[in-house]
Amino acid sequence: MSDTPLVQLKDISISFGGIKAVDHVSLDLHAGEVVGLLGHNGAGKSTLIKILSGAYKKDGGEIWIDGKRAEINSPRDARDHNIETIYQTLALADNLDAASNLFLGRELTSPMGFVDDAKMAAETAKIMARLNPNFKKLKEPVSALSGGQRQSVAIARAVYFNAKILIMDEPTAALGVHETEMVADLIKELKDQGLGIFLISHDTREMMDLCDRVSVMKNGQMVGTERVEDVTEDDILSMIILGKNPKAAA
Amino acid sequence: MSDTNTDTKASDVKREGAFAKFLRETEVDTRLLGMLAALALIWIGFHYYGLFVNGFGAFLTPRNLWNLSVQTSSIGIMATGMVLVIITRHIDLSVGSMLGFIAIIMGTVQVNILPQYLGLGHPMIWIIAIFAGLLMGTLLGAFQGWMIAYGTIPAFIVTLGGLLVWRGAGFLVARGETIAPVDATFKLLGGGPFGAIGNTGSWIIGILGCIAVLALIILGRRKRKTFGLPLRPVWAETFLAAIGAGAVIGTTLLMNAYPWPKGIIKKYAAAEGIEVPPEGIFISHGFAIPVLILIGVTIAMTILMTRTKFGRYVYAIGGNPEAAELAGINTRWMTVKIFALMGFLTGIASVVASARLGSATAALGTLDELYVIAAAVIGGTSLAGGVGTIYGAILGAIVMQSLQTGMVLIGFDAAIQQVVVGSVLVIAVFLDILYRRNSK
Repeated sequence: MSDTPLVQLKDISISFGGIKAVDHVSLDLHAGEVVGLLGHNGAGKSTLIKILSGAYKKDGGEIWIDGKRAEINSPRDARDHNIETIYQTLALADNLDAASNLFLGRELTSPMGFVDDAKMAAETAKIMARLNPNFKKLKEPVSALSGGQRQSVAIARAVYFNAKILIMDEPTAALGVHETEMVADLIKELKDQGLGIFLISHDTREMMDLCDRVSVMKNGQMVGTERVEDVTEDDILSMIILGKNPKAAA
Repeated sequence: MSDTNTDTKASDVKREGAFAKFLRETEVDTRLLGMLAALALIWIGFHYYGLFVNGFGAFLTPRNLWNLSVQTSSIGIMATGMVLVIITRHIDLSVGSMLGFIAIIMGTVQVNILPQYLGLGHPMIWIIAIFAGLLMGTLLGAFQGWMIAYGTIPAFIVTLGGLLVWRGAGFLVARGETIAPVDATFKLLGGGPFGAIGNTGSWIIGILGCIAVLALIILGRRKRKTFGLPLRPVWAETFLAAIGAGAVIGTTLLMNAYPWPKGIIKKYAAAEGIEVPPEGIFISHGFAIPVLILIGVTIAMTILMTRTKFGRYVYAIGGNPEAAELAGINTRWMTVKIFALMGFLTGIASVVASARLGSATAALGTLDELYVIAAAVIGGTSLAGGVGTIYGAILGAIVMQSLQTGMVLIGFDAAIQQVVVGSVLVIAVFLDILYRRNSK
């Protein structure tokens, strides 16, 4: 783990109509590390990472990437910093096929400047073979796919473009047991490749398995960040429910 | 719908009928077949209704079908743009009024302004007038798109306002007068005996068309091979090539089968100093220039929608605007561009419509917005967004125009025409909903 964090979120705030959705939150992420974000619905987890992914504009605070201050005002800015996001809603255009979704906004083009559908289909087949060998419906609109298949399209999109920072918002929510395991293996593999990963989930046990550190949020505020070795599942649950860090209290 | 990519089980293949097998292997869109069948029914129906009730069938004649092709041009050109607007979940009610307003502007430029400076009949007049019209259309469209995207006013309201504003503005500029006559070269863009390219020209177009059909099929096959995608069987490719080339040749023959009228021949012969033999001279119309413009627009718009990033983003925004935004697409700027394109196409349609009329009146294009929207929707563009094709909209425009023309030919009065057109629109959309429900 290098000394300079890959991502530093410093004192981030955002409010919607007077409600402080994220209230002066700071958090960092190192290369080759998985940081889990936990909390109730509406605690501000998704909002916080949507600021990093460029979907929301923060009201206050700074984002530093690789020790340099970064301005992220749009999803395109985030992509330029090699930040890829798997959204909870998956953010797929249902009427387009897997390849069009995978390359949406970054289409492969022929020398003439036309989109190269055949090449994109071939590339999609390649990465899907790695992520989900059962995936066969390359030509059909993603609305015709099952929840798990749609999820793998969203994951493929985040992984394909050599991300350095990966944000996964409930990546296993729609998945069965077997597919969940595949995602867990993928997270470990990507971590070993040196990516930094923010993971949001409600499954505390899964988080204890996959994450190096967990951060708990409540009502827009950061309750605490702990290394998973230092806490028990019960400690985390009490942080989520009570909004207090038992270690700090002790 | 069947798909060659899914591993169809052997039992399924056996149960599949000959027709279904044919559809799967040729990969023909069943929806397209349905529309062609409906169109054939309309044409044959009108022809035989005329034959039995009025004593003559006027519909399936070269003359009527040639006129139909010219009449479809203006609506068809705009319908290709309306597809994009509707795919992105917007609507444009202003195209008819905008067409009238642009026609007035082009009329004023070529009749009242330019002749003063350049002299009557100057060869640059029609070019400048068209440039002014297309620029005007693009700017007006972009302005409406800007209000929709950045002012977040619903497209329905912005273009409903435009419907009234541009129509009124047209009357104000022309002070209610009809502006005529338009420039002689400009007039050719509206069709007529001189605004068509004749026998030889039509065959050149026809042959180019056949070459294009063959090239598309061969290049498509080669590309699939390169990337190891499943190929159509050779018989299916041959069949498609034959049908495509046959359709092109058939259309060319049809366009060439409509001769110039006797009066025009007489004038032409007198001007050229040719003796007219007693049996007359047969001079073909061939493809009308507005039809060529429509074909050009259709090809360009199809390429735009299927082969460029712009087209891909249009579909993505229609399918899921939020996802498009998160994928880094500037959806607001896209909206401005889509409405600017709609305005540009309205400009082209305005050229065709006013050239065909030979004059510019502020009432030109009245109710066109409804026919254009109907053409796009009948052609399979979904008002829920995300779905629609250019060729569908063109077919829709031909269906709409066939109904109109057909009812005039068999002598239905205007009231019945409106009832029929309105009903067909609703029924067509209902059938489309049923089709989509079943194909899922």
